[in-house]
Amino acid sequence: MQKVIEVRNLTKKFKALTAVNNLDLNVYRGDVFGFLGPNGAGKSTTIRMLMTLINPTAGTIKLFDKPIKQHRNEILKKVGAIVEKPDFYGYLSAYKNLEILGQISGCDTSNKRIMEILESVGLEKRAKSKVKTFSHGMKQRLGLAQALLHDPELIILDEPTTGLDPQGMKEIRELIIHLAKEKQKTIFLSSHILAEVELVANRMIIINKGATVVEGTVQDLLNATNLKVAFEIAEIEKTKSLLAETQWQQKIETFDERQINFLLEKEEIALLNKFLVEKNIMIHAIVPKRSLEEYFLQLTEKGA
Amino acid sequence: MYTLVKIELFKIFSKWRTYIGFMAIGVMVPIIQIALYFEGDRYIDFMTRSFRDNFVFVGNLLNGYLISYIILGSLTIHIPFLIALVAGDLLAGEATAGTYRMLITRPVSRINVVVSKFLAGFIYSNLLVLWLAVISLGMGIMIFGTGELIVISDKIIIFGQNDIVWRFAFAYASAALSMSVVCALGFLFSSLVENAIGPIVTTMTVIIVFTIFSNINIDFFRTIKPYLFTNYMSTWRLVFDDPVDYTQVVKNLLVLSGHIIGFFGITLFIFKRKDILT
Repeated sequence: MQKVIEVRNLTKKFKALTAVNNLDLNVYRGDVFGFLGPNGAGKSTTIRMLMTLINPTAGTIKLFDKPIKQHRNEILKKVGAIVEKPDFYGYLSAYKNLEILGQISGCDTSNKRIMEILESVGLEKRAKSKVKTFSHGMKQRLGLAQALLHDPELIILDEPTTGLDPQGMKEIRELIIHLAKEKQKTIFLSSHILAEVELVANRMIIINKGATVVEGTVQDLLNATNLKVAFEIAEIEKTKSLLAETQWQQKIETFDERQINFLLEKEEIALLNKFLVEKNIMIHAIVPKRSLEEYFLQLTEKGA
Repeated sequence: MYTLVKIELFKIFSKWRTYIGFMAIGVMVPIIQIALYFEGDRYIDFMTRSFRDNFVFVGNLLNGYLISYIILGSLTIHIPFLIALVAGDLLAGEATAGTYRMLITRPVSRINVVVSKFLAGFIYSNLLVLWLAVISLGMGIMIFGTGELIVISDKIIIFGQNDIVWRFAFAYASAALSMSVVCALGFLFSSLVENAIGPIVTTMTVIIVFTIFSNINIDFFRTIKPYLFTNYMSTWRLVFDDPVDYTQVVKNLLVLSGHIIGFFGITLFIFKRKDILT
């Protein structure tokens, strides 16, 4: 499969601070690649290097099998990006901003194309409004519009849901899935929120302090950890004594007066449920907790 | 490149601050002209007072040419501020607004970005001088009419009407080149920082300090004077001499052009290597 992004030993130093440290990355065509890490992990610095905004101290970057340094313009024609928060010329309208950026990119800037792209992000009614009157969420949508304007093959999104309301976040997620599945785009999605990445990505990397912590498919990383499941039970004390002499005792992680949290493998959930029902324990709910999120926190805190 | 320059000009002329320069000239020059309309004779009297015993002045001395000459002399000191206002914002303004991230991630080289911005700034500077020419010379002739131009320096020179227009054309072109040096300097400072106020203030500070140094008649300052570009910014005055010292004029224009190339070259060098962190 063609590598769309290939990064080797990428390092960026700002005087004494090493923002990115010997980072390796492989993103393949069709991937929705999650690029995770806590704030200050080096995600945006990496994206800035991918987009030629800053120069690496060491290492190589290839996009579409070509070194970005030598083939910058050719490569950037095929890349759309939001780098950190999207900022525009506030004194110009959304339409004019897109027209200008499109003209610089040398892409179709017809009225039809610009209105089409504004419509895809729900801004068609504000096309003629000056961007300085836009909310952060609207700027974020316009950021997406400019990234998609020239119909790029690779879309790099740096924290695209920052500042959006839940509905907006859902729409962005759906748009990412649509772009990947229907339009066969490769998506590089940076975030510090695991849930956001987990819902849309097929592969991901977690970085901290500029270096890789773990990398793999989302499924592999999910399987690598036990699921944390909360059983909401009416009779906690009775249940605890029932479990005391069984294998399930070791699986209890924490408990309070309302629920017991277990660390279980997927198939054990049904077995434990069966066991408790057979013992006449009333189960109000079985709530899966996000163990991958805890895994993420564990990994990043370990590095902190 | 044409598209990029067009976009940069569009951006410049979409900003309110761009029109400050045009408005300032559009207001200041007519005020000076109106003042001279009412007080001009007294001004002429004052100017020619020491020669009245030996010469008889006849004809329309207070004409559009003289008014334009006076205005050009006084405003070339102030126009650099209006130029710096826009030139200082050309690159730093993108950094302040965070729009570098949109601009530099497009499939266009940094060299083209810098060249297009510089050309747009250059066009703006020249348009401002052209506007000054239109307002001061055009309106001056309309209000005061034409006549011979009297220039008093260390001698009295009177230029006939048929010998004036080319001198003004050359003077304004020379002033435009001087203002382009200011534009290039502001542009250079603009590439160094992320806030447009710094380059505007720094450009003006450099011009004020260099102008003061150029005008202090102490040996030390006389020694460094040839190395200060401000020393060459009043080259336009040389064409109102008789005979015109063309060698000096050409030398001055080359020095000014050299400064533009030098400032622009440094800007290009800096910007190509600059990490965009805003």
